[in-house]
Order: sequence, then structure tokens, then C-alpha cells
Amino acid sequence: MSWLNHDKLERNSLLLLAFIIVAVLIGGIVEIIPLFRKETVIEPVEGVRPYTPLELAGYNIYIREGCYNCHSQQIRPLRDEVVRYGHYSLAAESMYDHPFQWGSKRTGPDLARVGGKYSDEWHVAHLVEPRDLVPESIMPSYGFLAKRALKIHDIDNHMASLRVVGVPYSDEMIKMGEKDAAAQAIGIARTDISGLQSRYGEKVNARDFDGNPKMISEMDALVAYLQVLGTMVDFEAAKDVEGAE
Amino acid sequence: MSSTMLEEKYNYDVVRLFTLATLFWGIVGFAAGIFIALQMVFPSLNIEPYLSFGRLRPVHTSAVIFAFGGNALFATSYFVVQRTCGVRLWNDKMAMFTFWGYQAFIVIAALGYILGVTQSKEYAEPEWYADLWLAVVWVAYLLVYLMTCIKRKEPHLYVANWFYLAFIITVAVLHIGNNISIPVSITDVKSYSVFSGVQSAMIQWWYGHNAVGFFLTAGFLGMMYYFIPKQAGRPVYSYRLSIVHFWSLIFIYIWAGPHHLHYTALPDWAQTLGMTFSIMLWMPSWGGMINGVMTLSGAWHKLRDDPIIQFMIIALAFYGMSTFEGPLMSIRSVNALSHYTDWTIGHVHSGALGWVGFITFGALYYLVPHLWGREKMYSTKLISLHLWVATLGIVFYITAMWVSGIMQGLMWRSYNDMGFLEYSFVETVMAMKPFYAIRVMGGVLYLAGALIMIYNVWKTIRGDVNAKEQISQTQGVAA
Repeated sequence: MSWLNHDKLERNSLLLLAFIIVAVLIGGIVEIIPLFRKETVIEPVEGVRPYTPLELAGYNIYIREGCYNCHSQQIRPLRDEVVRYGHYSLAAESMYDHPFQWGSKRTGPDLARVGGKYSDEWHVAHLVEPRDLVPESIMPSYGFLAKRALKIHDIDNHMASLRVVGVPYSDEMIKMGEKDAAAQAIGIARTDISGLQSRYGEKVNARDFDGNPKMISEMDALVAYLQVLGTMVDFEAAKDVEGAE
Repeated sequence: MSSTMLEEKYNYDVVRLFTLATLFWGIVGFAAGIFIALQMVFPSLNIEPYLSFGRLRPVHTSAVIFAFGGNALFATSYFVVQRTCGVRLWNDKMAMFTFWGYQAFIVIAALGYILGVTQSKEYAEPEWYADLWLAVVWVAYLLVYLMTCIKRKEPHLYVANWFYLAFIITVAVLHIGNNISIPVSITDVKSYSVFSGVQSAMIQWWYGHNAVGFFLTAGFLGMMYYFIPKQAGRPVYSYRLSIVHFWSLIFIYIWAGPHHLHYTALPDWAQTLGMTFSIMLWMPSWGGMINGVMTLSGAWHKLRDDPIIQFMIIALAFYGMSTFEGPLMSIRSVNALSHYTDWTIGHVHSGALGWVGFITFGALYYLVPHLWGREKMYSTKLISLHLWVATLGIVFYITAMWVSGIMQGLMWRSYNDMGFLEYSFVETVMAMKPFYAIRVMGGVLYLAGALIMIYNVWKTIRGDVNAKEQISQTQGVAA
């Protein structure tokens, strides 16, 4: 006699396969499907906007270099983390990251709120040679980023793809992508950034991030990205939302 | 049956190729691991831009999981399905296609990482074109495997095949689900995931944890259910336990992903579900371990003098240890300490080096003489040497990571008398240094063990006879 008629499954491979598929789908369905309702996931907070073209290029360099292998972007609501890194991360803050960059390991510190904490000069010097600023650091050096011109001519294609997956880039934003990237990296001191500001808000950082006015480099893009991390949400407004809960 | 008859009846060609590929990629993957471990001790070893830690770490993880582990799964599953079904693989050409197709996938993926092409999703880094290619190869794998099961001569499908089948189909579902993305253009290597933020995190760890659950567990349990009984010369301990083990394991595993996302912006209910199921997972895991170990009932003496059995049983011991440690680390308050630290890395490696590595080595030591028509491995003593060198390596590795991980977690949350954080981040990095060095040593030992195996396999394939061991055995019989 076979136990609980398991015999049938052992005799029919296709039936076994069908049972396996059902067994492994249930957990995923229960845990994943509800997350497609934004309301179950995202607290309504003000200020989160899609990345500017230059920041998006920086995000892609961050991914390319595998920064996520050693840096998290997710501050947990634990006392020491909030003291060390700032307000814990909100779901809305990564809603335009395709994919998320929360990471799983802190060989280096969390970067969720690194924006505005250090100067552009610090970031550039640190990326070129981390040990010049932090002698004990074990981070790789990324000097080549300052020497390499940023490939930005196809940023409109990138933005259009992101729009397909749900990032609210307008036609105008996509059309002006390359120009906006240039304006942001040349900076408020030397060019008109009113168009960039009208599309991405007054707060947008526009300056010569890498300190080299001759070229828009990958360093410009990466530093622009790092400097916006964690700075979009207005936490005064967020406090009201949390208080109301 | 003589070995030439076996050759005619079964497709051993493709199994031999996968076996050699397993050994080759194992060396590559272990060496890559040692190199990136060295980079954490000597940061000047990062050679920008191509050989920096950030680009090489996926080379290491993909090489050991998909290249070493994957080829081992192909080799053993194709062997097991033929032997337990009593028929030849369904389609020789398609089986050969899975071999070359899979090797091509590995090379395409690894080249991409070095050039900076990555989706940045752990263990799912390959970009869309490599993912599509893998999907094609994987469907071919499923077809070959399933059709061989269907045309079998045995009335019942043996338990090892259930596990292999669950591994193949679930990995297909996970791979496709996690990699849905929109390429920037048909000529651009870059794509954007359709999922973002919380969703992408949940889907990634649904994938990521089940890469562990199905790729590194279910598949290798298939290996356990065939090779341990074969090597021990005993039937599986409990048929009933294997049914319970199978269904509970595959049903529960899939829920465990959210334990990678404790205290994050993922909704609490999902975190709690992930934690609960992770703890429940302890039971089927240990059920499987017990079923494997107890298969030695009545043949315990083999544990004393058969190093192949020793490999397999130590593998199960590590499996038991890491499947106890996993549920422990999935408890939210433990995870608050362990997450983001080296403890996770230590945990993964006790599973990867101990369980996946050792059950593979054990299975290959059984397989190689069968595939090349030899009576046994060239040297039993070298198997034993491999075993102990590698075990020592694992012990170095995981203890170093326990100490460094728990220490760093405690340092991050330590306050001074004034109520300020006691340590700056970089002070915690400095404290890791000696343990990172010990880890390198562990890795070197593990690689050394694998090189001993390569030598032993090479001698076996060549058909060399180890005169010394031959003589001592004859004397043993005479005495």
C-alpha cells in the first residue's frame, strides 16, 4: 500500500510536475501580489521625484561598479542606525529605483542618506583614492571615473524605457534629457538651469560636481547621484503623516 | 552489465563533460573567491576598472553557484535520471545542446560582469540577453529531463528525481519572474527591471532565497538521495519521511524570502510571514538530513574507513548546521544584529562549502570511476587528504566570519557613557582585518583540497594504478 496515494504521483511524471508547480507558487503569490497595490506599500510622502538625467546616469554607474555589493541603501528603524545614518528609509524613497539598491551587506557604510553630508570635493577625492581621506578604508579606488567622458547621448532611450515600467518622465523631460544632464553638470554658476528646475524642482543640485569644467565626466554623474540620495523627502511633511497614523 | 554495454545503453558522454566542467569551474570559482577575499585585506589589489571587488564579486558567486554547482547538478541529474529510470536520455543532441549552451551562458555572464554589465540583483546579475539565453537552455534541460522520466522503464519515479524535477521547474519560474525587464534598445546591453523599490526587493529575495532553496538545496538533495544509498549500499532510511520531506520542503521554502528584508520598508506582515516560514523550514530540513544520515543504518562501519561516505555525511552535518543557523538568523531580533554583517557571509559559506561542496565532491568521487570505467578512484588516501584539508578550510572560514560578523554588529550598536555611538564606521572596518586574513587562509585550504581532487581524478581517468594502495589492500585481505 502506498502512503496517502503518493503512488499516483510517482507513476505519472506530468501529474507530479503539476503538483510541484502548485506547491511552489502559493507562497510567492501570497507574498508578492499584494505588493502591486501601491497603497499597501507606499506611505504618501512629498518630494520623491524621478532622477534627473545626470543622476540617472550616476545611478547606472553605481550599478555598473557593483557598489551595492558593499553599501546598503536602507536604514532600519533601529536606534543606532537612525543615530548613525538619519531617518529610517521609507518605501517611497526607492519607488523609482528599477531595481532597488537596498543591498544586503555593509562592508562600507549605508548610503541611503549620504546626499549633502559631504562636499563634492570630498566625494571626488574619496572616489579617486579612498585612503587619502580615510587611511583605513578598504574601498577600491575609482580614479578612472574622473577621466572618462559620460556617455549621455542615449539617455532619452533610458528615460523612455523607465517610463514604460512606470517612472513618470514626461515627453518634455525625455526630449530634453541630454540638455538637462549637461546643464546640471555645468552648473548654476555658468549656465541657465531654469528648464532643469522647472522639470525637476527648485531643489535640484546643479554644479560642476567633479570640479573639472572641461568635461562632463562619469564622476560628475556619480557624485550628482550620491548627493541626491536621501534628500528628496521633506521630513517635516513626513512627520505629519506618521503622526496621523 | 559490462562498462561497454553501459556505454551503449546510457548517454555517459554528456555526463562526463558536465563532470569535467564542474571541476574546472570549481577551481575558477574558488580562486575568484580567494582573490576577492584578498582584496578585502589588501585594497591595492583592486585593479580599476575591470578587476575591482564590485565587479568581481558576482564573478565569484556566479562561478561557484551556477558554474560549479550548476554543472554538478546537470552531471548528476543526467546520470541519476538514466540509472533510476533504466533508459537513455531522451534526446542526445538536445542534452549536448544544454552542455554547450550552459557553458556559453556562464562565459557570457562573467564577461559582462567584468565589463560592468549587471542588473545589480544578487545571484541574478546577468543582463536580459544572457537571461533569455539561459531561459532557452533551461527549457531544453527541463524537456530532456522530463521526457526521460516519462519514457522510463521503472514503474515508479525514484525520489531523487522528484527533487531534481522540483529544482528544474522552480528555478525556471524564479528566473523568469525575477528577470522581467525592458531593454533600453535591442542593441543595448542595459535593461530596466519592471519592478521597483519594495516590489523589486521582495521579488529579488523571493528569487534569491529560493536560488538557495531550490538550486543549492533541492537539487543537491536529489544528489543525496541517490549517491548516499549507492555509496553506502543501503536503501534510503525512510520512504515515508522522504515524501514528507519533499513536499514540506518545497512548499515552505518559497515563503522564506522576506527574512532578507527585516526592518526594511517591506510591510511588516510580509516580514512576519517570511520569518515564520523560515522557522518552520527547520523541520523539513532536518527531516531530510536525518533521512540521509540514517541511510547508513547497518553500515556505520563505512563511516570509519570510506572517505567518500565521510564527505557525504560531513556534508549533511553542515547542512544540518546551516539549516539550524538559518532559521535562527531569520528571527527578527537576531537579524537586527546579523543583517548587513559577515555573519551572513559565514552562514552562506557553511552551506556552500560544507553542504553543496562536500555532497558534490562525494558524488563526483563515486561518479568518476563509473563514468570512465575504472574500478575505483586512483587514490583513497588522497580523497581522505582532500576531505580533511577542506574541512579545516571551512572551519577557518566560518569561525572567522562568525567572530567578525557578530563583533561588527555589536560595535555598530555600542554606545559610550555619554550616550553617543562608541565607534565610527571605519573603526569597525579596522577590527575586521585579522578575520579577513583568516578567511583567506580558509579559502586557500579549500582550494588546495579541490586541486588534490583534480590530480586524483586526472590519474583515475588516465587509468593509472596506484601500486602502493593496491599492495596495502592485498595485504589487508591476506591478513
